[in-house]
Amino acid sequence: MIVAVTSLGGVALAAAVALGIAAKKFAVEVDPREVAVMDALPGANCGGCGYPGCSGFAKAVVEGAAPVTGCPPGGGAVAADIASILGVTAVETEKMVAMVKCQGDNAKAKDKFHYLGIHDCRTAQQLAGGPKQCPGGCVGLGTCAKVCPFDAIEITEQGLAVVNREKCTGCQKCIPACPRSVISLAPYGATVHVLCNSHDKGPVVKKYCEVGCIGCTLCKKAVPDAYAIEKFLAHVVYDQREGSEAAVEKCPTKCIRDLGTQGYPEGSSFTMPAANA
Amino acid sequence: MKLKTFAGGLHPPDDFKHFSNKKPIEVCPLPPELIIPLSMHIGAPAECCVKKGDQVKRGQVIATPKGFVSLPIHASTSGEVVAVEPRLSANGTMVNAVVIKPDGEDAWVDGLEGVDPEKASIEQLRDKIRDAGCCGMGGAAFPTHVKLTPPDDKKIDVLLLNGVECEPFLTADHRLMLEQADRMLDGIRIIMQILGVRRAVIGIEENKMDAIEFLQQQTQGSNISVTPLELKYPQGCEKRLINAETGREVPSGGLPMDVGCVVQNVGTVSAVSDAVRKGLPFIERVMTISGPIVNSPKNLLARIGTPISHLLEVCGGVKEDIAKVIHGGPMMGNALPDISAPAIRGTSGVLFFGKGMVKERAIGPCIRCGRCVGVCPVHLAPTSIYGAIMNEMVDEAQTLHARDCIECGCCGYTCPSAIPLVQAIRQAKAAIWAKKK
Repeated sequence: MIVAVTSLGGVALAAAVALGIAAKKFAVEVDPREVAVMDALPGANCGGCGYPGCSGFAKAVVEGAAPVTGCPPGGGAVAADIASILGVTAVETEKMVAMVKCQGDNAKAKDKFHYLGIHDCRTAQQLAGGPKQCPGGCVGLGTCAKVCPFDAIEITEQGLAVVNREKCTGCQKCIPACPRSVISLAPYGATVHVLCNSHDKGPVVKKYCEVGCIGCTLCKKAVPDAYAIEKFLAHVVYDQREGSEAAVEKCPTKCIRDLGTQGYPEGSSFTMPAANA
Repeated sequence: MKLKTFAGGLHPPDDFKHFSNKKPIEVCPLPPELIIPLSMHIGAPAECCVKKGDQVKRGQVIATPKGFVSLPIHASTSGEVVAVEPRLSANGTMVNAVVIKPDGEDAWVDGLEGVDPEKASIEQLRDKIRDAGCCGMGGAAFPTHVKLTPPDDKKIDVLLLNGVECEPFLTADHRLMLEQADRMLDGIRIIMQILGVRRAVIGIEENKMDAIEFLQQQTQGSNISVTPLELKYPQGCEKRLINAETGREVPSGGLPMDVGCVVQNVGTVSAVSDAVRKGLPFIERVMTISGPIVNSPKNLLARIGTPISHLLEVCGGVKEDIAKVIHGGPMMGNALPDISAPAIRGTSGVLFFGKGMVKERAIGPCIRCGRCVGVCPVHLAPTSIYGAIMNEMVDEAQTLHARDCIECGCCGYTCPSAIPLVQAIRQAKAAIWAKKK
C-alpha cells in the first residue's frame, strides 16, 4: 500500500517536474497586446484586411506591418480600440460600403442569349462574354451573394444583385468575385450614385438597357464638381459630392439614383433606415 | 467479329447521320460578304497585312504568321477589303477580322505553284504545308507543319488517319472519303514521306461501311490499311483513337508522339495534297449543315469566312424557329448567340435545332451514381472535379487532373441530375491557369 502510493506519487512528481521544465523551455512568446487586439476584432475571419484571419491581422498590426484602421468590418470603433491597446492615435476614416453599379435587371436590360448552365457569374461570363448584351452589367447569378461572409447581398427576382448598406462591412470579398467588376466601394455617407458600369457609347447602351448611362454629361452640367465622365460613363466624385442629388432629375435615363429619397433599386427587399444622417 | 475500340465512352442511341450521309458534296455559292477572323488556330494569332480599301485576290496572304506555332491567313476570294474590325467569331467572342466584299471574278493570286514530292526535300514539303495555312480540320485547328515536326528524340512508327467522325450529325469526312479518296491517299503518302514512316492506318467507325469497303479496295496491297472501329463516342479524339488502334496509352500531359504516333484528320491530309502538289492555300472546306429543322441538310464545300446565315440559306432555311445553333457537333460544339458569325478553318459543321430538341432541366445535386466516372474516356472523376471547383478548391482540382480533360461531354451527357460537368471542368482549367500566372 505504501509502495503503491509512493511509487505513483513519485511518477506524478517526475511528470510535474518534466512538464514544468517543458513549459519554460518550449514556451511560445506571445505578445500580450496581440491577444488583446484579437479580442477587440470582430472575429469573422473574412480576410478583408488582407491577412490570414483575425489572428494574422492581430500579429501584423502589433508588428507594425498593418495600420490600426486595417480592419474594414471593425470600422472606426475597432480602430480606436486597437489604437488604445497599442498606445497610438487612430486616424478617422470614413466607413466604406460596397455598391452594385447597375440597375439593369431582366426587366430593363436585354440578353444576348438564354443561358442554361451553372448558376455562377464567372462561369457564365466564360460563355461568349456572358448572357447580357451589356458588357459591364450585373449578370445576376449570385456569385457575389455566395461569397459575402455577412449575408449582405441579395439577388432580386428579376436578377439584379443589391448590397444592403447597413449589413455591409466593406470587407471587399465581393469585388474580385464579380467577373464584370460591377461592384465598387463608396462612402456610406454618400447616397447618390451613378448605377451603371457600361463604357459603351450612348446609342449602343440605349439598344440594350433602359437605365444605362449614355454619357450625355447633363449631370456634370448641373453639378460640375460632383460628377466626372470617363469614356461615356459618369460617376460621382465622392470627395466633392455636395449637391449631387440635383442631377437625379436631370438624368434622362434615370441611371443616377438617390438612395436616400428613392430607396434601393426596384425589386430589392431592403429598406433604407428612417433617419439618414 | 469484335471490332477495336477504347475503354470508357458511350454509344449514342442514334447518330443522326441519316440527314446528310447520302448527300454528295455540293459547292456553296459565294456570299455577299466574307468575314475572316485573324485568330482561327491554336497558336499565336496572325498579323494583318491588309487594310480597308485594298484589293485582294483569291489565295492572297492577308495575315502573316507570328512565330513557329502560327499560320498565314488567306483571302478566300478576290474582292475588296471593306473593313478590318472586331466581329463575332464562331466561338462566340469578338475577334478582329478582315471583311471582304467579293468582286465576282474569283481570280487566283499569281505565283501559286506546287512541288513534286518525289524530288522535294522534307523542309520544302513542310514549308509548302505551312504556307498554305494547313491546320487540323477535325476541329482543333492545330498547325499541321508543327505536328509534322516532332523533335528528333521522338521516333514515329505509324501514321494514324482519323476518319472516325464520331460526333452525331456530321458527315463531311464520310463524304470526303467516298468522293475524294485520291486526294486523301496522296496526302497520306506525302505525310508518310515527311515523317519517315512505313505504315499508315485509316480508322473508320462501323456506321460508315461503304467508306470502309471502298477504301479497303483502294488501299489493297499497299502499306496503308483500313481498320473498322466499333461505333463509340469519343473515338475521334486522337488519344482515344491511338488507344483503340494500337492499344498504346498517351501519358497524362503527353502527346501522341510520346508513343510513336502522329494522328491526322482525313480532311487535313487532303488539304496537304493540294498544298504540296498545287501550292493551293487552305481557303475552303467541306462542312455539314444539318439538324432536324433544316429544310435541306447538305455537305457544303464552302469558303472560309462564309457567314453561317448564308450557309443556312443555301440549305433552304429552317422549318420552324431556331432554338439553338451549334457550331461543331452536339457533344463538343459551342452554341452560338448569333448566326452572322462566319465559318472558319475548324468548322466541321453547323447544326440547327428547334424548341422540341432543347431540354431545359434544373440542375440537381450530385447523387454519387458514378456514371460520369465510368464513362470518362480519360479515366477522370468529373464529379470530384465539379465538387472541388464549386468550393473554390483549385489545387484539389489540379490534383484530380482537370487539365487532362478533353471536354468530350460524355459526363454531362450521362449525368442524371443534369449537372453541366464540362462547364465546371472548364472553369477549373481557367482557375488553374489563372493561379499559375
